Amino acid sequence: MTDAPAPVIETSAVDSPRSQRGSLLSSLLQYAGLVGVLMLLILIFSLMSNNFLSKQTLITIANQIPDLLVIAVGMTLVLIIGGIDLSVGSLLALSSAVMGVCMVNYGWPLWAAVPVCLSVGAFCGMLNGVISVKAGIPSFIVTLGMLEMARGSAYLMTDSQTKYIGSSIEWIGVPLKGFAFSPAFLLSLVIVALGQYLLTRTVFGRYCVAIGTNAEAVRMSGIRTAPCSIAVFTISGLLCGLAGVMQTSRLSTADPNAAVGLELAAIAACVIGGTSLMGGRGSVINTFFGVLIIAVLQTGLAQIGATDPIKRVITGAVIIIAVLLDAARQRWKRRG
Amino acid sequence: MNDAPQPLRLTVRDLSKDYVVRVLDGVQFELRAGEIHALLGANGAGKSTLCKIIAGLIPATSGTMTLNGVPYSPADKRFAESQGVQIVQQELNLIPTLSVAENLLLGRYPQRWGIIDRRALHAQARVALDRFGLTEIRTDRSAGSLGVGQQQMLEIAAALDRNCELLILDEPTAALSAGETERLFQRLAELRKQGVGIIYISHRLDEIAKIADRLTVLRDGKYVSTHAVSEFQPIERVIDLMTGETQAALHALQNHRSYTTERTMIRVAGMSRAPAVRDVSFSVRAGERYGIAGLVGSGRTELLRLIFGADRAESGELFLRGETESRRFHHPQAAVAAGLAMVTEDRKQNGLLLSQSIRVNTTLSSLELLTGAAGVINRRQEVAVVEAERVRLQIHARDIEQSVGTLSGGNQQKVAVAKWLLKEADVFLFDEPTRGIDVAARRNIHQLFDQLAAQGKALIIVSSDLEELFETCDRIGVMSAGRLVSEYTRETWSYEAIMQDCFSGYTQQATRTVSGITS
Repeated sequence: MTDAPAPVIETSAVDSPRSQRGSLLSSLLQYAGLVGVLMLLILIFSLMSNNFLSKQTLITIANQIPDLLVIAVGMTLVLIIGGIDLSVGSLLALSSAVMGVCMVNYGWPLWAAVPVCLSVGAFCGMLNGVISVKAGIPSFIVTLGMLEMARGSAYLMTDSQTKYIGSSIEWIGVPLKGFAFSPAFLLSLVIVALGQYLLTRTVFGRYCVAIGTNAEAVRMSGIRTAPCSIAVFTISGLLCGLAGVMQTSRLSTADPNAAVGLELAAIAACVIGGTSLMGGRGSVINTFFGVLIIAVLQTGLAQIGATDPIKRVITGAVIIIAVLLDAARQRWKRRG
Repeated sequence: MNDAPQPLRLTVRDLSKDYVVRVLDGVQFELRAGEIHALLGANGAGKSTLCKIIAGLIPATSGTMTLNGVPYSPADKRFAESQGVQIVQQELNLIPTLSVAENLLLGRYPQRWGIIDRRALHAQARVALDRFGLTEIRTDRSAGSLGVGQQQMLEIAAALDRNCELLILDEPTAALSAGETERLFQRLAELRKQGVGIIYISHRLDEIAKIADRLTVLRDGKYVSTHAVSEFQPIERVIDLMTGETQAALHALQNHRSYTTERTMIRVAGMSRAPAVRDVSFSVRAGERYGIAGLVGSGRTELLRLIFGADRAESGELFLRGETESRRFHHPQAAVAAGLAMVTEDRKQNGLLLSQSIRVNTTLSSLELLTGAAGVINRRQEVAVVEAERVRLQIHARDIEQSVGTLSGGNQQKVAVAKWLLKEADVFLFDEPTRGIDVAARRNIHQLFDQLAAQGKALIIVSSDLEELFETCDRIGVMSAGRLVSEYTRETWSYEAIMQDCFSGYTQQATRTVSGITS
């Protein structure tokens, strides 16, 4: 072998900064921005309201977010492969409606109704995936159609009536005795952890990121992208079913009107967490922080007596600011 | 050649550009009217940066320029264009969904009250194309439907159609066929006569020897020297200035060594997908490097894609490792599982995940080798494997977490190759493996061909650079108009014969195909 050739490291504009080895420090730094924003919000609300920094607020938030959180985990995966799932709110309502009908009209026990509820979500999610992947239709369109179909089906199933289920399901959403958190919240944390592990440590997660970055390059690398994409939509649907169980337990009722507009809250949480709508970039943990930021904002604004219109204005502004900050951060990262 | 010095069109004095590091450091340059001035240097030497500053795409950090004797510091590309400075960059900048005419006259549509005069638009575009000899391109076709070579020609035609006193061409022939290159050179010679100053960047030294008057060499962002091209006989001696290296390695490569064995590794029989590929048959043995020459658009890339299962073949069969049972792949996944690997022509389009790290790109095709139960990736093993490939291929990067999009073209290509080395394929398909990459990286890739052949792999190498095929291959097949029209060995090939075959399918209703397998 001859001498090594002269180094030809590209020294153009895009020589980015320090190494991003999986050191603990750098992975913590990755979350620092979002945690900072969260802390800032908590600080502001603590100063503006005497009751904000209390156990009660914590319990309120913890019991509010599980359904949004699990749906946002699924949404993160969908966004990472470069798709979008607009049907999540309707799927939640449909699976909840199915569960309500099973338990109220047919008198099924909870343990039998839950699997049916999850299956409905997963099946509809799979349908989203199969149609958009196999027919090459943008998931935006397919899931928009599913949004309408699932919502309509939820009304049909329930005759547009709410189904009161009662105590047999309430325990899932109620804090455990002597403990601030409900089983639903704990389960949603487990889902976050599983989601992050799936995304960062498994072949499946790696393929998701790769597909979102450049699906054709993945195909030319000898990898079938269709099963992976379909699985992602199925997971999103499954998590809608799970969120359906959680919300039903919180309200003690299966409501076909439930979760209208939830898809936008879930997308907002992902985007605040830095997930790219173009695909290829995202983190479940960051989505978790995104959900917390939205929840803290909602609860805090309610406590300081903000009206609903004001809440909406501020929440919307926070979403845009978060994305601007993220874009700036990406530019800074690329420039060094 | 005319010895009377022409007036200076452009001077560049002590030009520097800082990003995080200094990428241009006190560079000198001058360009006379009616001169073709080649800019040489390895990737990252600063050629493209210099050209972008001249064309107003990016500002200089310090230094001065004059254009026609007047101080010149373009604020943006628009200003530079108004001064007659036109640049055609290496990356294609066409809008694929717009028509040829709309692309050609982009920004200066004939219009009245904002409504485009379509007839005038197409008429003007027609004139511009005809003047460039592109009579076969219809002005109402969408630009995206043209081949890469034609798109490149279209961009150059568009630059020339504007007010053009100084033309910058960055690797203009990378995607061009020999015929198109010839046409381009004729046009450049005409422009030179008209007093246009041309800055010409190319890795193809034979082109520079053929067309350029002077050359300036940059190395690591610094000015090295300026010479008349005629000072270098042969032109390859200029490589010493670019790399500071001797040519020992280059000569070593020319001492070709064959690793061809008796065992047939892959046989392609009657592969067709009209109109791009028609009834192509050939076979490659273990340890053999089989080159495929041909004009751009002759169906070479399409043939590789059919073999690899990226496109569906209408007919045709593959036999691997001497098997008697034929195969046909309907998805690259099946081809990869059967031991094929393909390094694609367009790294950015379908070769690499630009925003992902070297690590992610390298292991993408072989994650199953690094996974335990439940599809969990063994990170430590992954890092070790990628580090090993990085050393083996001399990939120059900060570390393996650097995103591939920030690497030089040569290093990107090495990553694209590394992906398949991990996979331990038997048959490697390379499509334009050294297009647009620097001399040093090109040498690395050629050495790698050698190693793969020595290991008994079969290599199929498509290249528009005949020199490259001569340097590296044991046999060369020539494609023309979708057919494999001839095959040569090292003993029988010649530049003239292959070039003639390249054109043969277009000049006549050629039906001659290679029957059977030679030697």
